[in-house]
Amino acid sequence: MTYLSIDQCDAFYGDQKVLECVTLDVDKGDVVSLIGPSGSGKSTLLRVLVGLNKPTNGRVVLEGEEIDYHNKRSLRRARERFAIVFQQYNLFQNMTVLKNVTIAPVKIQGRSKKEVEKEAIEILEKVGLGEKLKSYPEELSGGQQQRVAIARSLALKPEILLLDEVTSALDPELVNEVLDTIRLLAKEGRTMIIVSHEMSFVLEVSSKIAFMDAGKIIEVGEPHKILKNPDTDRAREFMGKILRH
Amino acid sequence: MWERIAEELPRFFTYYNVIFLLKAMFTTFLLSMIGCLLGSIMGGVLAILKLTKSAMLLPLRAVALVYIEFFRRIPFLVTLLLIFFVFQAIGLEMSVFAVAVVSVWVIATAFIAEIARSGLESVPAAQWEAAEVMNFNLLQTLRTIILPQAWKVILPPAFSFFVMFIKDTALASQIGVVELTYSAKVLNNKGFSAALAFGVVLLLYYMLSYPLTKIGAWMEKKLDIS
Amino acid sequence: MNYTIHFSQVVEYIPYLIGGAWISLQVAFLSFCGGMVIGLFGAMTKTFGGPITRRIVDAYVSFFTNTPQLVQIYFLYFALPEVGILMNSYQAVLLGMTLNAGGYLTEIQRAGFISVRQSELEAAETLGMNLIQKVRYVILPHILKVLFPSLSNLYILMTLGTSMAAIFGLEELTGRALNINAETFRSIEVFSLTAVLYVIVTIAASLTLLFVGRVFFRVKGKVF
Repeated sequence: MTYLSIDQCDAFYGDQKVLECVTLDVDKGDVVSLIGPSGSGKSTLLRVLVGLNKPTNGRVVLEGEEIDYHNKRSLRRARERFAIVFQQYNLFQNMTVLKNVTIAPVKIQGRSKKEVEKEAIEILEKVGLGEKLKSYPEELSGGQQQRVAIARSLALKPEILLLDEVTSALDPELVNEVLDTIRLLAKEGRTMIIVSHEMSFVLEVSSKIAFMDAGKIIEVGEPHKILKNPDTDRAREFMGKILRH
Repeated sequence: MWERIAEELPRFFTYYNVIFLLKAMFTTFLLSMIGCLLGSIMGGVLAILKLTKSAMLLPLRAVALVYIEFFRRIPFLVTLLLIFFVFQAIGLEMSVFAVAVVSVWVIATAFIAEIARSGLESVPAAQWEAAEVMNFNLLQTLRTIILPQAWKVILPPAFSFFVMFIKDTALASQIGVVELTYSAKVLNNKGFSAALAFGVVLLLYYMLSYPLTKIGAWMEKKLDIS
Repeated sequence: MNYTIHFSQVVEYIPYLIGGAWISLQVAFLSFCGGMVIGLFGAMTKTFGGPITRRIVDAYVSFFTNTPQLVQIYFLYFALPEVGILMNSYQAVLLGMTLNAGGYLTEIQRAGFISVRQSELEAAETLGMNLIQKVRYVILPHILKVLFPSLSNLYILMTLGTSMAAIFGLEELTGRALNINAETFRSIEVFSLTAVLYVIVTIAASLTLLFVGRVFFRVKGKVF
């Protein structure tokens, strides 16, 4: 049985259809990358999974359990199992790094503060921010803030990690530290869905790549295949444009 | 005129009169302060109410919306008279001071709800979204994330509303509250020159309002940098 | 509750009240215009004047924005006669509101003056415009566009401010409400009706100003 099955989902943003008949399967331990031009619906798909944009039809099934995004309890449950990291990190400005990471597990998941803090410190050390526990987001660089955001989502113990263009807002010199963190997570066997423009990185970490355009999934397949020799014309055209340099 | 004023000065600034004026000044200050403090609480409640999304609370949200749009567009004198007569009709025996405080409260609620709404909106939507996907409910989001950031944007305008309202409390003299304007009329009726009575009261209002305005400006500067 | 609501007794007075609302608008309008003239002189003095004249304007603005309009009018009405200047209630209210508005409008217009870009002024200078021409062709149009929101906001506040004229016997909206109250004793009905009228008048004024602003001054904005 597939771990996560997205089956023929549509989604709207106001009157505009932003996802059309999107179907995607994710296995446990998969690293699926979504690539494609701007506005193709990649970020929207992640937002739909986490309930920020509700699908109008189709099904999303996680480990045999269907998620009903219009049902409060089902939505809550879905949000416990997915964790998303945003392009703009979205750290809570009024809290320290440690508080940012521990607040949800303690306040929302109800876990013990001591246990959560110990874990949080471990995670933060893993992403290389062990020295910055008491710092505030505004004191950190973009790359550091993004790593805190990743640590924050890991502390929630999600089953699937969603990364929405997490390096797109960073200065070039800061991108690698975040990519290194993601490489680490991929090596650990985390199930992840990544939206990214970093093609060489995507080629390196993904087990599967989906090319999207205009709200539809055009082609899904092996990283090498999609990037070097795609079947569809649209994918070919896109690859030609971006892989020129 | 100046001779008359000069002649009246010692009679005007007797111990009794000075205490009378100071008490009236304090009443003016208290009216605005208590009314605005209560208005902040109620206004905050209304602002939060307007953020809820459940269908069950829709009628309350509608009431909040109408209330806020309505009470920001009525003169203080009319609100004062309305509340005065409503209390009379219900049979509530309240002092005119209480009626005035309630009137300030009612209006402050509407204005501060607007200020609070604007302040809450100033917090980037991304903060709300991050909280939402981590399963924070509305109150948790407000308490731990939004309010700690929004209060800096809410406090300066709320404070300057309070300072501004000190001037509006002058209308309370019309229902008999012994505040600063009323005291001017009393002293004038006692025979003192109107120029002296109202002139001194104008000065007292100035002495109340000007420093508070400066504090408000300082507050705004301080909170803007941080 | 020992009071029953009978709106029927008050409904016949609605046209009378609307007439009062019209007077309120007129008083606000006249005071606003007067205040704009004062404000223009004040703002120009603050921007171009010498140190002493600037201080005088500062004092004027500070005084009128830190003291209640009601007491200002009381002073004009009761204190000035003591030096021989007699005015009826209409004159006192109008003068008081004008002077009061002048204080706020000086500040508003000064902010507008500051917003005029230096480059525009330099361009006007090279075209050989003197001060008065600069004001007419460069500064004023720009100012009116930038200041439109604060100006219309003040105007609305002034319309509400006319209600205190009732204290001096003027038969604007609140004054007429007091009259009806004295006759019928239907206090709650009268004053709630009056309140509703103020809301309607204010919203209508806001919408009109917004429309004028959008059409003539390319202003964006909303009422709610």
